[in-house]
Amino acid sequence: MRLRMITTAIAGAAAAALALTACGGGGSTAAPGTTSATTAAQSSTSAAASGSDGATSSAGDTGGSAAAGDSKVLSDAASGKLVVGIKFDQPGLGLKNPDGSFSGFDVEVAKYVGQKLGVDPANIEFKESKSAEREGLIERGEVDYIVATYSITDTRKEKVNFAGPYFVAAQDLLVQDSNTDITGPDSLNGKILCSVTGSTPAQKVKDQYSADAALQEFGTYTECVEALRNGAVDAVTTDNVILAGYAAQSPGLKVVGQGFSTENYGIGLQKGDTAGTEAINAALNAMIADGSWEKALQDTVGASGFTLPAPPTPGA
Amino acid sequence: MTVQLTFWSAIGSFVLGVLLAAMRVSPVPLLRGFAGTWVNVIRNIPLTLIIIVMAQVIANQLGVRLAQREAGVNPQVFLDNQNFRLAVVGFIIYTSTFVCEAVRAGINTVPPGQAEAARAIGLKFTQVLGIVVLPQAVRAVIAPLGSVLIALTKNTTVASAIGVAEVALLMNTLIENEADKLTAVFIVVAAGFIVLTLPTGLFFGWLAKRKAVRR
Repeated sequence: MRLRMITTAIAGAAAAALALTACGGGGSTAAPGTTSATTAAQSSTSAAASGSDGATSSAGDTGGSAAAGDSKVLSDAASGKLVVGIKFDQPGLGLKNPDGSFSGFDVEVAKYVGQKLGVDPANIEFKESKSAEREGLIERGEVDYIVATYSITDTRKEKVNFAGPYFVAAQDLLVQDSNTDITGPDSLNGKILCSVTGSTPAQKVKDQYSADAALQEFGTYTECVEALRNGAVDAVTTDNVILAGYAAQSPGLKVVGQGFSTENYGIGLQKGDTAGTEAINAALNAMIADGSWEKALQDTVGASGFTLPAPPTPGA
Repeated sequence: MTVQLTFWSAIGSFVLGVLLAAMRVSPVPLLRGFAGTWVNVIRNIPLTLIIIVMAQVIANQLGVRLAQREAGVNPQVFLDNQNFRLAVVGFIIYTSTFVCEAVRAGINTVPPGQAEAARAIGLKFTQVLGIVVLPQAVRAVIAPLGSVLIALTKNTTVASAIGVAEVALLMNTLIENEADKLTAVFIVVAAGFIVLTLPTGLFFGWLAKRKAVRR
């Protein structure tokens, strides 16, 4: 009797798990269908959009108006409103200020691109997009594009389109000012290295440079920086431009400055949106050409004493 | 790691929880007041906060070390032990408050006549509690303690906040590396927890039925 109860319970659980899987599968297959339906409905407006866009930026003409009809970014831009994903917690790049405004280089890029697409910066709504959530936000269409220290990688390319790169960062180390024995990724043996939970940079250091380094993972970089300040960890690693922001925020810390690896920051948008990608690339090229790229970088990241790199070639 | 965390935290919080319960019903006002305040403050603080405080304040700011760091040796072992123990202490502090309240409820199920009879034959408070009341009380709260244990098992995911290599940390790493298999990762982790906790629940249900005090 008791045994029968247990088997029933297990069977019930299995059935529930199956139902869960079925729901998940159904949800993911349904999503693209809905999206294409909406884009089809909007195609008439976006056709007009690509026309007006041709005037502001030289994009769209090369992509062809047929492709532009499927572009979520361009059709949303034509309606005068954009939702852009940025980070809310990275000083110098994407930061939500206490008064509710946004600042940082990613924000400036997002605004410039929006403007080139014909949207007033005041009509751009910024949405927080944490690292792990970025692909999902784009796929579900909750954002038009994401400018959030988004490294272009092959696995990510399978889920989203990338415009850019608009910035080339390199992985680096943040240490205390007084520290002289950490000079690069090779000198970390016997040291404690801090990074955020589930991120790859620290693992890369361990695998490729210093196998005898210990890895401490915290939920946020702020916690890592705090642990570094009171000496609980010896170094913090991630992209140099992010570290520069923290170094500027908390005195007594310095970036080692031996950038290793190359991180191409791109602007992520919906998979297959060729017209939108080209339009954003054109906007980025214009931003670099007219000097506002350098100015934006100087105003945001430059304040930390970070050596500004040469601009990349978007769309290359 | 999830299982180890649960195991040590469960033992620790059971011991501390029973101790707290004993203090809450003791005749000494100071102990009663202390245990009461402790329980009411701790159980109303989010667990994530407790765990982060363990790492950021207790270990990093105050310099409390729960493991030995040897010079010249790969500090990974030190770090893992330190974080693991910090997490266990955090879970014990948090979970013991719930154990305490469950046990105190159990004490209330023991008829007052039992304690009065025990006192009448000359037993001291510790003896009344240890020999007569607590054994009956604990048997009455086996099922609720099972719920606390299940909650603890799931709560161990919070330890990823300070880098203890348990399931949630593994999940985050997998999601970062294999962003295209998001749903599958979630389902596997959820199934893993069901496998861990469902038998716990069934076992405690069976044990509660077996050990119940018949009145």
